[in-house]
Amino acid sequence: MKLLVPVKRVVDYNVKVRVRADGTGVETSGVKMSMNPFDEIAVEEAVRLKEKGVATEIVAISMGVAQCAETIRTALAMGADRGILVQTDVELQPLAVAKLLKAIVDREQPRLVIMGKQAIDDDMNATGQMLAALLGWPQGTFASKLTIEGDAITVTREVDGGLETVALSLPAIVTTDLRLNEPRYASLPNIMKARKKPIQNLKPADLGVDPAPRLTVVKVSEPPKRKAGVKVGSVAELVAKLKTEAKVI
Amino acid sequence: MTALVLLDHDAHGIKQPSRSAVAAAQKLGDVHVLVVGSGIGAVAEAASKLPGVGKVHKADNPAYEHPLAEPLAALLASLAPHHTHLVAASTATGKNVMPRVAALLDVQPISDVAEVVDSDTFVRPIYAGNALATVKSSDARKVITVRAASFDPVPETGGNAQIEDVPAIEAPSVSRFVSAELSKSERPELTAARVVISGGRGMASGENFHLLDPIADKLGAAVGASRAAVDAGFVPNDYQVGQTGKIVAPDLYVAVGISGAIQHLAGMKDSKVIVAINKDEEAPIFQIADYGLVADLFQALPELAAELERG
Repeated sequence: MKLLVPVKRVVDYNVKVRVRADGTGVETSGVKMSMNPFDEIAVEEAVRLKEKGVATEIVAISMGVAQCAETIRTALAMGADRGILVQTDVELQPLAVAKLLKAIVDREQPRLVIMGKQAIDDDMNATGQMLAALLGWPQGTFASKLTIEGDAITVTREVDGGLETVALSLPAIVTTDLRLNEPRYASLPNIMKARKKPIQNLKPADLGVDPAPRLTVVKVSEPPKRKAGVKVGSVAELVAKLKTEAKVI
Repeated sequence: MTALVLLDHDAHGIKQPSRSAVAAAQKLGDVHVLVVGSGIGAVAEAASKLPGVGKVHKADNPAYEHPLAEPLAALLASLAPHHTHLVAASTATGKNVMPRVAALLDVQPISDVAEVVDSDTFVRPIYAGNALATVKSSDARKVITVRAASFDPVPETGGNAQIEDVPAIEAPSVSRFVSAELSKSERPELTAARVVISGGRGMASGENFHLLDPIADKLGAAVGASRAAVDAGFVPNDYQVGQTGKIVAPDLYVAVGISGAIQHLAGMKDSKVIVAINKDEEAPIFQIADYGLVADLFQALPELAAELERG
């Protein structure tokens, strides 16, 4: 079974982002970039499925500027077999990404696409669901466990009150939540090996997709700051203040 | 302009985040709501009483017993031509279904809206709430999910809308509900509670979370946790408050043994009053807490329980 794993290049999760003074976005120049953490979980799951003999080939896909090739290399070093880079300087929003991915799915004919539930930059949580809709495939979002048997996949999902399990017919889309697995670190030999794995370079036009954004960013601003409060000396003082000052209990 | 709000419901009725979604939708124009399920007469009745709702669309069919994304999205897309905005709360169901609806309509969805500027323009948090983006949609129809914590829910009663039956939409059967394993709790849901008390890594064990119980009982609070406490296996994941867990904004948030990682703050910093109890006076949580108590939680929690008991 062939698997597709889309991976996004984002500001590293350890970086404290700063809003640009002109309000056009957050500062990304000179900032460490990494693979979106939820996508790492997706790559890990795909590699585990290959190690179990369920998957035969893993194709990692990234979209955006030329440096997204580095994100694909990370996936290749973790165990993906080859990569596809859709290169563009246009800001890609989830609808455009879903359309580009659909075009790649039409070419590659995978049985399963595993992807992060959301990217930690725009926090949209949309692309997987949108790709599923465009393909007419079922979706298992926010997965914390998955089992493949024959032509079906069972996905345990993290929902508000706990867990929900659904059975989907393949082909299908799965989006990963945090508890699905703990991604491995790529070993040095595997990083070296990944350099030789092929990455195909495409443009949105090659896939017949207009990637123009539908949302215009009017401005990006800092969230309102909370002012630091007071320290209280004892539990009794705390309770008294909550009663008489804050009036919340 | 008419917005259609998908209402999330369970055995207890319409979920509070959906009432916040109705409040957000009222800023967009007329409001219709959609209730979907099997044997949902009482839910539709309750929906008709929500103030400001013009019409309740009721899709009552055994096919909709469980809120699966595939049939739900097909149903919503079929109702889209009569509405300018399709809206849901950012609950597990809303997040699962709405982007799928958007793609069926060739629309770029707008997730987690925290403010409605006008019918095309919305403010939403990005980068785990470390920045706010104001975005303007060029799509003819908008598909949005609403951050419930940012909108005061409409009351449960006051309206008197008519209820209209909506037929089920034929959709290929590609997904099937298998089972649900929901945490049983007598306490309010995290996202709906007026008071939340959360424990962090400082709690040291799952057993110690019971120290929060008498306080939660006394205050009618929901119990939450930081991601560190969840990752350490102290409590299940559905306790998690934070960017990757639940976003809450109660009247009172009590953080116990929580240092205040960015990812946790993103989930609770809109609370009206924040209390932090931590033995490390340098903990970042104190920078956003209205009331900070530097203390060993194993002494402070029993004291707090006793103090509240005294009344």
